[in-house]
Amino acid sequence: MSRFTSTPFDPDRSSGGTVSYGRISAPGVDTTHGAILYLDGITVSFDGFKALNNLSLDIGVGELRCIIGPNGAGKTTMMDVITGKTRPTSGTAFFGQNIDLALLNEAQIADAGIGRKFQRPTVFEAHSVFDNLMLAMKANKGVRRTLFARLGTEHIDRIAQTLQTIRLTHEAARPAGRLSHGQKQWLEIGMLLMQEPQLLLLDEPVAGMTDAETARTGELLNELRGKHSMVVVEHDMDFVTQIAGTGKVTVLHEGGVLAEGSMRHVQSDARVIEVYLGR
Amino acid sequence: MNTIDLTALSRRRLFSPRAWTALLVCTLLIACLPLANLLLEPAHPLYVSSYAVSLIGKFMCFALAALALDLVWGYAGILSLGHGLFFALGGYAHGMYLMRHLGEQGESRMPGFMTFLSWQDYPWFWAFTEYAAWAWFLVVAVPGVLAFLFGYFAFRSRIKGVYFSIITQALTYAAMLLFFRNETGFGGNNGFTAFRRILGFDITSPSTRAALFWVTLLALVLALILARSVTQSKLGRVLMAIRDSESRLRFIGYDPLGFKLFVWTLSAVLCGIAGALYVPQVGIINPGEMSPQNSIEMVIWVATGGRGTLIGPIVGAATVNGLKTWFTGAFPEYWLYVLGLLFVLVTLFLPQGIVGLIRSVAQRKKGVDA
Repeated sequence: MSRFTSTPFDPDRSSGGTVSYGRISAPGVDTTHGAILYLDGITVSFDGFKALNNLSLDIGVGELRCIIGPNGAGKTTMMDVITGKTRPTSGTAFFGQNIDLALLNEAQIADAGIGRKFQRPTVFEAHSVFDNLMLAMKANKGVRRTLFARLGTEHIDRIAQTLQTIRLTHEAARPAGRLSHGQKQWLEIGMLLMQEPQLLLLDEPVAGMTDAETARTGELLNELRGKHSMVVVEHDMDFVTQIAGTGKVTVLHEGGVLAEGSMRHVQSDARVIEVYLGR
Repeated sequence: MNTIDLTALSRRRLFSPRAWTALLVCTLLIACLPLANLLLEPAHPLYVSSYAVSLIGKFMCFALAALALDLVWGYAGILSLGHGLFFALGGYAHGMYLMRHLGEQGESRMPGFMTFLSWQDYPWFWAFTEYAAWAWFLVVAVPGVLAFLFGYFAFRSRIKGVYFSIITQALTYAAMLLFFRNETGFGGNNGFTAFRRILGFDITSPSTRAALFWVTLLALVLALILARSVTQSKLGRVLMAIRDSESRLRFIGYDPLGFKLFVWTLSAVLCGIAGALYVPQVGIINPGEMSPQNSIEMVIWVATGGRGTLIGPIVGAATVNGLKTWFTGAFPEYWLYVLGLLFVLVTLFLPQGIVGLIRSVAQRKKGVDA
C-alpha cells in the first residue's frame, strides 16, 4: 500500500535530465528537474518570532549539502518543516517537483522517502540493534501487514549489510540502550538507511562524539555520498570541511540564507565571518 | 557466520519448549481442581471445596482482565484507569442473557426492576438478548466498539500519558453514574442477580460451576497464547516502540494511531470476555464494578506481577486477590491500607514485579554457575 515507491538514483539524470512536457508522472518522487527538495519562501513564526524568514533553498539529486549557522539560525526548524513536524506559516515545500509536503503527515513524509536523524540520538532503547533496524526497514507499515510480517532471507541480508556499514555487526543482539553515544548515532544513521530514503536529513550527526567517532562518521557519510541526497546540519567546522569537499555549503542566519557556495568561498565571506566571529 | 547469528535473532518463538511444558502442566493441574470437587468425598484429603473452585474461577477472570491491561500498559505504554468499564460491560451483556431466563425452568420472566418501573416490554437494547449467541456477540462487540470509538478520538488527538489515564477514569465513572440510574434499564444500583439458568443448566449446580471454571481456564490460556503471538510479532515491537518513543516511530514511517487502536480494542474485548465469564460465577453484576477503585486495583495486579511480561499480570492478579480474600476475612478494615502499601512497595522496590524478581534471581544464579 506504499504510496511512494523509491526510484533508484540515476546519475545520468542528476544534472537535470531531459525536460519534456505532458509526460506521465511517475508514481514516486519526480526529480526530473534535478532537484530533490525545493523550499520556497518558507516563513515560520512562533508568536511573532520568525524562526524562518522567507527561506528559499533547493537541494540537488545526489548532493551532500552542509548547512551551518549560529544558534537560532533556524536550522532545526527547517528540518521540522521538511519532515512535517512544524507547518510553515507561509511558503511551499516540495519533495521532488510533485510531492507537496504540506499535504502529508510525518509518517507519510517518511514513507515518501525523507529520513531524518535527530540531534539527540533517539533509538528504541529497549529493542536490540537488530530490531531497531528491522523496524526501520522499508516495508508496508500498515497495522495488518505489520502483524503478519515475516522476515525473509533477503531482509536479513539487508540488515546484515547495514550492520556492516555502520560497524555494529557484533552489537546486533545488544539492547540499543547499552550502546555508546557514538554507536547510537550510527545506529540511527543505519535506521535511516534501512528506510531507503531518497533524501537524508542529518541534524548534528557528530554532536558529542569523540574525535575518532567523528572521523568514522565522516567516512560513513563519504561512503553514502552519491547514493543518497543528504542534508547535514552541523556546528563542527572541521567536520564540515571534511565532508563538504568541493560541494555547496549554505549558511543560515536569522531564518534566511546568508551565503551559499563552497566551504572556502563561504569561509571568506565577510558577512559570514561577522556572524560567526564578529562579536 | 554473522548470517546464522542474525537468522537466530530474527526468529521469535511463541514460547520456549520449557515454557510450553510449564504452561501445559499448570493448565492441567488447575483443570483438575473441579474434578477434585466433583468426584471426591468432602472428607478426602485432596477434596477441593465448591467455595475454592468458584474463588479460583473468579481469580482467573481477574487474571484475564489483568492480561488484557498488560497488553496496553506493559507493551504500548497506555495506562488505562478505566478497564473496569470494559469488564463490567462484558458482564452486563452476558447478564442480560441470564436475566432473560429467570423462571423456574429458565423460561422468560420480566425482571423485578422492570416491573417496578411498570415497563410493559423490554427496552429496545434488550432485543434478542434471550439468545445466548447474540448476548455473547454483545460481550465482544460492546466493549470493542466503545473502545474503538473512544480510542480513535483520543489517539487521533494525540492524548497521551496521564491525560489519557484521567480520561479513562472519568469515562468509567460516568458510566457508573449512568448505570446507577434505574431508568437506564440495567437494574440500577442492584444490577443483575438471582440468575437461575445458563443454556438450560442450573447455574448453581456443581457440574455447571465446573464447566464455567473450565471455560474460563480455556479462555485464559487461549488469551495468553494470543497475546503472546501479538507481542512476539513485528507489531509487538512496534507497540514497544510506541511506548518508548512514539514521535521517533512516526519519523520511520509508522502511524501510531492504527497500532494503538488495534491493541486498545483487543484489550477491551479480552476484558469484556473476562467480565462475561465472571458474572455467572459470582452470580451478580452491578455498577460497583465500574467504580474507579476497581480499575485501579487492576493496575495494581499488573504492577505487582510485572508489567510487560504477560504471565506477570496473571500471577499478580492471583497473588493480590489471594491476599485480599484472606485480609478482608481477617482484618477487613485494613485491606485498603495494605493495598496502597503494596503498590508503593512494588513501585519502589520491584519495578519489574514478581516476575522481574524471579528473572533477576534466576539470572544471578546462572551468572554464579558460569
